Amino acid sequence: MTNASIIPPGSAPEPRHGSLTTADARTKKRNAAEKRFRMYGIAAIAVGLIFLVVLLTAIITNGKSAFQQTFIMTEVFLDPAKLDKKGDRNIEDIKKVSTFGYTPLLQNAILAEVTDRGIETPLTKAKDMKALMSASAAAQVRDMVIDNPALIGLTVEFRILASSRVDGYLKGRVSRESVARDKSIDAEHLDLTDALREAGVIAKKFNLSFITGADASESRAEQAGMGVSILGSLFMMLVVLGLSLPIGVAASIYLEEFAPQNRWTDLIEVNISNLAAVPSIVFGILGLAVFIQFAHLPQSAPLVGGLVLTLMTLPTIIISTRASLKSVPPSIRDAALGIGASKMQSVFHHVLPLAAPGILTGTIIGLAQALGETAPLLLIGMVGYIASNYPDGIASGFLDPNSAMPAQIYEWAKRADPAYYERAWGGIIILLVFLLTMNLIAIILRRRFERRW
Amino acid sequence: MYDAPKSLETTLDQKTIKITARDVQVYYGENHAIKDVSVDIQANTVTAFIGPSGCGKSTFLRCINRMNDTIDICRVEGSIQLDGEDIYDKRVDPVQLRAKVGMVFQKPNPFPKSIYDNIAYGPRIHGLATSKADLDDIVEKSLRRGAIWNEVKDRLHAPGTGLSGGQQQRLCIARAIATEPEVLLMDEPCSALDPIATAQVEELIDELRQQYSVVIVTHSMQQAARVSQKTAFFHLGNLVEFGDTAQIFTNPEDSRTESYITGRIG
Repeated sequence: MTNASIIPPGSAPEPRHGSLTTADARTKKRNAAEKRFRMYGIAAIAVGLIFLVVLLTAIITNGKSAFQQTFIMTEVFLDPAKLDKKGDRNIEDIKKVSTFGYTPLLQNAILAEVTDRGIETPLTKAKDMKALMSASAAAQVRDMVIDNPALIGLTVEFRILASSRVDGYLKGRVSRESVARDKSIDAEHLDLTDALREAGVIAKKFNLSFITGADASESRAEQAGMGVSILGSLFMMLVVLGLSLPIGVAASIYLEEFAPQNRWTDLIEVNISNLAAVPSIVFGILGLAVFIQFAHLPQSAPLVGGLVLTLMTLPTIIISTRASLKSVPPSIRDAALGIGASKMQSVFHHVLPLAAPGILTGTIIGLAQALGETAPLLLIGMVGYIASNYPDGIASGFLDPNSAMPAQIYEWAKRADPAYYERAWGGIIILLVFLLTMNLIAIILRRRFERRW
Repeated sequence: MYDAPKSLETTLDQKTIKITARDVQVYYGENHAIKDVSVDIQANTVTAFIGPSGCGKSTFLRCINRMNDTIDICRVEGSIQLDGEDIYDKRVDPVQLRAKVGMVFQKPNPFPKSIYDNIAYGPRIHGLATSKADLDDIVEKSLRRGAIWNEVKDRLHAPGTGLSGGQQQRLCIARAIATEPEVLLMDEPCSALDPIATAQVEELIDELRQQYSVVIVTHSMQQAARVSQKTAFFHLGNLVEFGDTAQIFTNPEDSRTESYITGRIG
């Protein structure tokens, strides 16, 4: 009221601010700035989404054909005169017949399909059928006969792999222009392929063995699969999980809850953060020097791969575990200590359960990172190894040479045969499915264990 | 620094002394937070620590059950004796001490577990119950003494964090007394509560006096006047005055106490 008396009566006080209904220049400027910022944000998200869509479309369009393979459906007469000359079905004698003994049977069978259907082709000899079928087809039939010798003498329906060129022709990878420069196949074979496809003898089918099968040599792209390297990755992940989770969690709990705050722990903390940013190939060469050259662990073994990836994953797990321990309110620790719990009881009974979802998520993210890591595997010999055999058991799963999913993809991508190109993309799809599954598990675990009270 | 007045000495004769603190110094790194504090805390009495923020009353309270041990840079000198035993003796395990000297914190901090488990946790880790029935007994008794039994008896397995603020604080008090402590330290137990919940907790504190020595830190002088029999006034790390609550509030000896009580410093 004292101010009012100063203003002379009659003259209305000049309002300091303009009308509320019209925005002044300052307000307009601020609003415009906010609007601009929102636009930037939306634009950034849009760009990110576009990249994601482009990436996923590229992967799926390039990779989906790897899940289909061209097969030749044919009835093969398993001639006892060729496969079991003595006729007593002795398994040892049957095993003596090599794949060379089976190849003519298959070639005859395909030729029979051609002549039965009255297809006109200059290729009239059984040998001419060789280019149509995979070099592994004979082995496929032989394995089946050895498994079940009773088949000898019967005519059995087989689904044998077509050669990589025939497969490429059906998928559009091999064209009539490109065969001119190709020694493996010629235009007559492509004509025959067309005719057999019309007749339903050659067809594309879902290729389960791409997911479960073993890798093959460079010349047998049609046979190659991810199965063995998936196992290799699995064994590596077991090593990583088994080592990095207990070590990482124990280290973080000690650093976060028990360690005194001094120069040493500060130094350790800084170094752990730095380790998380060390290029993974450095861990690879470290693994080569320590685990293989010094400790003489077997080369290319998932055990060594797992050890190297453990080194790489530890900082990630330690950092995320410490963050989730830090996020537990100190009042919970006080409460436990205040009623006479020991430090360890307060940590293990109260802090750790509250931090568990964060720890689990961090661990799974770390594992997913390790699963996709290729560079360190280069140096310990898991890349370039042809994973053509399944491990015999748990121990050999850890110790026998093997590949890993990303290493397998890298290996395929660098092979000369264009048939491996689609397999590399297909391998990426499988790897991504694994990664997405792991992330999904992380989300589900987080949801389930997160206590909202 | 502080000489016990005549009146205090006569009361001391009547009641046993539970805690004796002599020349206690607390340092946080370089900062000398508590200076030469000597105080006697009697059994079956509510002792209130009052004083402006940052005067060291909470720090001193946390010395009594060695909660300051959890702070790396904190250093305590002098002697604090509980029933004649130095609690800072090297042989003393703070975990055992805290079972004897319970604590209730400023913010209600129930465990994110059920009401039952909140109470049962202390007895479990101290091995106070031999059977499930025993534990049930302890839980019921503690909740009854915490004056919250009637409100929660039908939902013992509901989360403790789902209770209202006042209920949570009484739950925390019940949790503290479940381990059968001898001294109960309360660090501003009502500062996060509304007046009704505060009244309930104060009533509870008055009842607890029958069995425990209660030491309460409070910002509210009215609260100190209502619940305590003894009051200590802290200022800038010093214990300025200690005496009967009635005397401190009506006839303080030190001018600083008077200024604080009348609202001139703080």
